[in-house]
Order: sequence, then structure tokens, then C-alpha cells
Amino acid sequence: MSAIPTALTRATGRRDPEEEVALIARVCAGEKQLFYELIRPYERSVYVAAFSVLQNEGDAEDAAQEAFLKAFSHLSSFRSESKFSTWLIQIALNEARMKRRKDRKYLYDSIDEPGEDESGDYFPRDFADWREIPSEALQRTELRRALQKAIASLHPKYREVFVMRDIQHLSIAETAAALEITEASVKTRLLRARLRMRDTLAPGIDGAWNLSEGTWKKVRPW
Amino acid sequence: MSVIEISCVEVWRELSNYIDDAIDPELRRRMEEHFKGCEHCSAVLDGTRNVVRLVGDGRAFDLPAGFSDRLKKRLNEKLGS
Repeated sequence: MSAIPTALTRATGRRDPEEEVALIARVCAGEKQLFYELIRPYERSVYVAAFSVLQNEGDAEDAAQEAFLKAFSHLSSFRSESKFSTWLIQIALNEARMKRRKDRKYLYDSIDEPGEDESGDYFPRDFADWREIPSEALQRTELRRALQKAIASLHPKYREVFVMRDIQHLSIAETAAALEITEASVKTRLLRARLRMRDTLAPGIDGAWNLSEGTWKKVRPW
Repeated sequence: MSVIEISCVEVWRELSNYIDDAIDPELRRRMEEHFKGCEHCSAVLDGTRNVVRLVGDGRAFDLPAGFSDRLKKRLNEKLGS
């Protein structure tokens, strides 16, 4: 093996798992300069994982850098039974949580509060139809801001599950492993997060609610 | 074949699993039947799907400008180039 492996499939942005294992072995064997090549496809996932905890760009970037350095130091302990991306995300989450615990500006965050009772049912607040949003709408800054704000407004325990599952596209099992919670908790928190996101975004996105009668309608059947 | 009815609250409870296609076929049939006759639950389903689609397309968060360059620099400093 002489060429630096760079073949990422265009469709998924993922690299062949065998190529990844080979790359890890080469870095562990001393080819340190290949480490960036190894982690390059996961820069964004690691940053977003850190951001899901810290909600601050600069701190998330610091935590992501620390996570990559830690991943390098512990690379030989990585076992290929788990996915490399999930392993990196787990390290990033730990780094971000450590930073959150240490940094005074997070002192008043309610991370240790239980938040709302996750075992109870969540009732949607609004029942108007949401018109299909064209994907080009996402290029609009205000929509992206609305999404980011809605995500930020979630309680951390719901936000982290939502980000892992719906933004990072981890499976239920991978999300459970990365966050060290049960799969049942992942499902419960994900449901809560998605419904809450819908309620938060519902009335705000630029008239994105389509109302058949032409007026706002709020109907509560209970 | 008649399908046993399901309440709105039960539908909301399983909505996320429904979107993820992680429910058994019998429950899926009951929920589909419910959506046909319940405007509210259909609206909640569509809206929730929109949320998943919007955040899932990968553009909700960008890496900060210069992130990769700063990371490479840090790695070079720590690992040696």
C-alpha cells in the first residue's frame, strides 16, 4: 500500500470500511501524517456532536480539536467491532461534556435538572397543516437560523439524541451507544424532541403553515 | 378486513417509530387507517416529517470558516508533520 487512500464514495461521503481499517493500522504503525486523512470525513460529525452539547461555535471547535487529539492518542485501543465514526462522536461528546462542566459560563445550565418528565405523553400544541418546504428553502439564512434556534431550545437530554439521530444519522443502537443510554430512552427522547421541534418551528417559518380556511386554527381535542 | 381503532394519543406515542419504520405491520396498518380519518394527526405527522427532512439534509449546521485549516495546524503542532 503506497498511495494515500482518499477514495470516498461521492454518494455517501463515506469511505470503504476495509480501507478505513487499513488506514488506522498504518497510522498506528507510525504513519502519523495519515491521521488527518483518516479523520477528514468526520470533521463535521465531530464538530456537530460537540456543538450539540455546548451550543457555542468556538467552544465546540476547541472540544472537537481536543477530541481528535485524544482519538489519535487512543487509536490503538479502537476496536473495529464498533464504527469508527461512532467512536469519534463518543469521544467528542465526552470532551464537550467535560468542557461544559469546567467552564464557568455553563454554570447555570440546567444540565442536571431532570427537565420535563420524559415518561409522560407529549401533546402537540397545534394542528394546522405544514406545507411542504422546498429543499432550496434551507439555503435561506432565516430558516437555518430558525432551525438552529429550535434545536438550541431543546433540553440537552433531548437535543443530544435529536442531533445524533436526525442530523448525524446514527441508528437507534449507535445513538444509545454514543450517549450511553438505553435504546428505549433514545426512542422516548427522540419522539419528544421531534414533536417539540415541530411545535417550535410550526408558526414561525415564514407562513409555512398552510391553512385551508385562511385563518390560524388551533384545535385541542382534549 | 377491519382494523382495530387507535386513539390520537396512541398515535402520537408511536409517531417517531412510525417515521423510522420501526413498528410492527399491524400497528402501522392501524396508524395508517387513523391518519386517513384524522386531519390533526396527519398534520402532526407531516410537520414532524418536515422537521426530520429539514435537519437531516445536512445544511442545518456548517463547520465554522477555516475549521479544517485550524485543525490541520493543531494536529501538525501536536503530532509533528
